[in-house]
Amino acid sequence: MKCIRCRERAEIHLRQHNSAFCRTCYVFYFHRQVERAIHKESMFTPEDEVLVAVSGGKDSLALWDVLVALGYRTVGLHLALGIGEYSATSTEKTEQFARARGLRLITVPLASEGPGLAISTVATSTNRKPCAACGTVKRHYFDGVAAEHGFRVVATGHNLDDEAARLLGNVLRWQTEHLAKQSPVLQPNHAKFARKVKPLFRISEYEAAVYAFVRGIDYIVEECPNSVGATQLVYKDVLNRLEAAMPGTKLTFVQEFLRAGRPAFVTAEAAPPPETCERCGMPSYGAICSFCRLVAEVERKQETRRSAQSG
Amino acid sequence: MRITLLPQHKEIDLPGRRRVADVLRQLGMLPGTVMVIRGDELVTEHDFLEAEDTVEIRSVISGGLSVTAPR
Repeated sequence: MKCIRCRERAEIHLRQHNSAFCRTCYVFYFHRQVERAIHKESMFTPEDEVLVAVSGGKDSLALWDVLVALGYRTVGLHLALGIGEYSATSTEKTEQFARARGLRLITVPLASEGPGLAISTVATSTNRKPCAACGTVKRHYFDGVAAEHGFRVVATGHNLDDEAARLLGNVLRWQTEHLAKQSPVLQPNHAKFARKVKPLFRISEYEAAVYAFVRGIDYIVEECPNSVGATQLVYKDVLNRLEAAMPGTKLTFVQEFLRAGRPAFVTAEAAPPPETCERCGMPSYGAICSFCRLVAEVERKQETRRSAQSG
Repeated sequence: MRITLLPQHKEIDLPGRRRVADVLRQLGMLPGTVMVIRGDELVTEHDFLEAEDTVEIRSVISGGLSVTAPR
């Protein structure tokens, strides 16, 4: 199999694009794909400083690498989630990546935040599923750190497979409000929020992993232990079976939803949160935001435990 | 050939020369869900693996909940 650009031996075969590349031409292809997505969706410009949410996994580190290579101004944001060895390794990989390239990284160790917000602690204290607790905590810190440091754009490493799986989940339940908001660019509906962008939304998981590999990025290969049995993995499996039989299915599913499907669900701009959280000062739909309600539950649980121990 | 599966860190031995696509089929893996790495190079599903090759098959699937679900 030959590279379609230079005719050297191909290392990478992209069935959905009916293309094959050597690693040099693959990096060129990957950069061009990401650059096109950023331009076409008006995600940001070279004048913006972009806060890149980095987990230590292949997608977010590939995203940070490509944005730097394309000349964008970036700062990394890593949340040390406090999920045992998995999080320790994730943090180590992320810090190594930033250090080796001289990039600025903001690390938030959740275990040291407030009453101690390691995901395992929050999930246990609040009887929530770890993934639900993790989502609430991540959203808060992405918004909070962006507001605190003046970033107007937050980029995440969500890829085509993530978007296709999420779309399938939303369609299966006809979650029309979620379908209206599923987009590679989520515009802020409040001055304190930043624009959320997903520059890899047309890049498959395989493409992101290959990019990380050929660029020599040392990412965490292990998966979060809490993701075992996650619904999203079931959707991904179904989509991968379809993709194997009909290459290009995932890309068409997402692209055509954005072009032809999503407009039917968008009724009006989402109203901005009308209140300000009494605890954290971030915009909120109630007197206390969902994150601070979570923190309050953790505090109550700890107080109960302390009382029981002292009593 | 000696195959290491990641992230499971499981090792498998398969005899003879085989096409990558056939190895993946035998292991119940779909193309596009794994990278097949021989030494420091990637191989496509059309390439052949030799009996004496040492190969890593690394999953590319990550999972969990989307963090940009609508607020």
